Amino acid sequence: MKRFAYVFGLAGYIALASLWVYSFPQSVFAFLVFEASLVGIYFCPVADKLKLFFLVVVTVILLPVLGSVNGYYLEVAIQVGIYIALALGLNIVVGFAGLLNLGFVAFYALGAYLWAIFGSAQANAFIAGGHFPLSAGWFFPFLFLAIAAGAVTGFVLGLPVLRLRGDYLAIVTLGFAEVMRALLNNLDKPINFTNGPRGITPIQRPPLFFQGLLQALGITVEPAAVYPLYFYFLVLVLVAAAVLVSRRLEDSAIGRAWKAIREDETAAATVGIPVVKMKLFAFAVGAAFASVTGMIFAAKQVFINPESFTFMESIGVLAMVILGGAGSIPGVVLGAMVLTILNLQLLKGLSLWLNGLRQSGTLLYLPLLGDFDPSQIPVQFEPAKYERLVFGAILIVMMIFRPQGILPARTSGRNADGTAGS
Amino acid sequence: MALLEVDRVTKRFGGLVAVNEVSLSLERGTIASLIGPNGAGKTSLFNLLSGLYPPDEGKILLNGNSLLGLGPDRIAAAGIGRTFQNIRLFGQMSALENVLVGMHPRLRQTSVAVLLRAGSFRREELQAAARAREILALVGLKNKDGVAARELSYGDQRRLEIARALGSGPQLLLLDEPTAGMNFSEAQFLMELLRRLVGERVQSLLIIEHNMRVVMGISDRISVLDFGQKIAEGSPAEVRSDARVIEAYLGRGKWAEHA
Repeated sequence: MKRFAYVFGLAGYIALASLWVYSFPQSVFAFLVFEASLVGIYFCPVADKLKLFFLVVVTVILLPVLGSVNGYYLEVAIQVGIYIALALGLNIVVGFAGLLNLGFVAFYALGAYLWAIFGSAQANAFIAGGHFPLSAGWFFPFLFLAIAAGAVTGFVLGLPVLRLRGDYLAIVTLGFAEVMRALLNNLDKPINFTNGPRGITPIQRPPLFFQGLLQALGITVEPAAVYPLYFYFLVLVLVAAAVLVSRRLEDSAIGRAWKAIREDETAAATVGIPVVKMKLFAFAVGAAFASVTGMIFAAKQVFINPESFTFMESIGVLAMVILGGAGSIPGVVLGAMVLTILNLQLLKGLSLWLNGLRQSGTLLYLPLLGDFDPSQIPVQFEPAKYERLVFGAILIVMMIFRPQGILPARTSGRNADGTAGS
Repeated sequence: MALLEVDRVTKRFGGLVAVNEVSLSLERGTIASLIGPNGAGKTSLFNLLSGLYPPDEGKILLNGNSLLGLGPDRIAAAGIGRTFQNIRLFGQMSALENVLVGMHPRLRQTSVAVLLRAGSFRREELQAAARAREILALVGLKNKDGVAARELSYGDQRRLEIARALGSGPQLLLLDEPTAGMNFSEAQFLMELLRRLVGERVQSLLIIEHNMRVVMGISDRISVLDFGQKIAEGSPAEVRSDARVIEAYLGRGKWAEHA
């Protein structure tokens, strides 16, 4: 009986939140309440299959529908998905294997530029014959190429670096990311590979392979309307794949070896774990995640330049991993959601609200302070610009009160048969 | 052929000679102990045998095969398991996972099989988990498989470290002070366990131990180290009456007069 109550409660919550968003498409708060339903699904004490069902309903049906009411919601969802995939990749390196990587964005940039260069006219600058941009049909083969390129680059960078421990590794990865950015900025002469700080545009978007099918069904689609939805589902598949790969690796000898290295490298070696090899593998897998995500990001943005791949991006993704709980897949997903939504919606929403207040000319009555004219709030005070301040504050608070993250990694893993550890 | 053959192995740290031309020979089916005052080089010798340090001179042979140039992971896979004086478990992982990590060299799963959850992978994981539980039961940690290692009691942690080392199915097990910090009954249980291990699970044991009751009780042979050198070797009775051993532990008579 109690189970039914939970199921109906959850279904009711999701239905009400959806209706609210649908009726007030501009309300940031309504959308936040709707997004919270994902957390509700995770914590609701119902069977895993039922959770999956609710998850599919929310992500595959409701979110796209609501996205048609307010296109920005779809954009937020795509960004959240991209950061979830990135954070899951970094989680393999930092969370599972315990290797501090401060230059993760370099691999993200690698995948992005891989497609940007060959999926635009840019490659004509150094490959004669005018073959470029490659047709959209190359997008999917290039996804696999991006995975391979990321893995190989991660492996090659890791070879000299992974014998280092802790702080030294962090510094080298940090340096690598800066080298990458300097290269992207400066490889426009003597031969123009990256077009320097001006960036590359227009980048080919993925092929609308389903267009023929839709036409056969009598549905005509505007590309402008279809691309956000298309990218949304592409990112959804990416996130699902990232979660699946992370989970399977975690529950195998590979994942156990990574965690053992994280806990005690020397002890891990003396029980027979090839430490350097396993670290290289973690580095390569993480890099592959970032690279393929970067490629989808480039195709979605249509324009990229080195400014998208700064040190702050690396730190932002690391903050997601730490906030959510390093080594915990649900935690990292939540961390990426919270920080991306905080950045894209909450702070922006606060800024808008403050601006509105300033311009409204009404007087506020504040206890103790008396009447207060909101137009006196300096224009410099804009929460949307305080992203880093808020990130920093959150990290400090987390480190003091909950260093293991919001949803810490479980200590006793699932057993081999998939049941919870006894 | 002896299981382990250590031939004039030397290890220096700067000016200090931690292990000085030590030779050891360990027969199958025996329990050998390594004793000596603090700083005698016992743990250093263990670190040489398990590949944490490369020796400066000398040879180490397991089953007649040289271990020189092999890293600790390869040596573990070759058949030498060990525990640490200051327990080094994977604290956040469960007891079962600790043993499973120990079984790593024996597992054959490939990354492709892992990603596809192939039948071969699932079978291997199930078998490995069953084997790990059996090892846990053997060392007396039945029903503790889901507990995080750092939450186990001190004695349980010592036993879990042995279980982890047994995971790889070693021929030789090196135990660095296995009964340290244990009370009488725990130490008694451990001695029983160690006796059972030989022949059943491992070929031989080499133990560093300060508890003389344990050393004299279970050792077939005892080697005594002092200042990095082997000063005596023999059966418990022989070592007990060896003048150099008494001197190493208690000091010379001449000094005793001054004191």
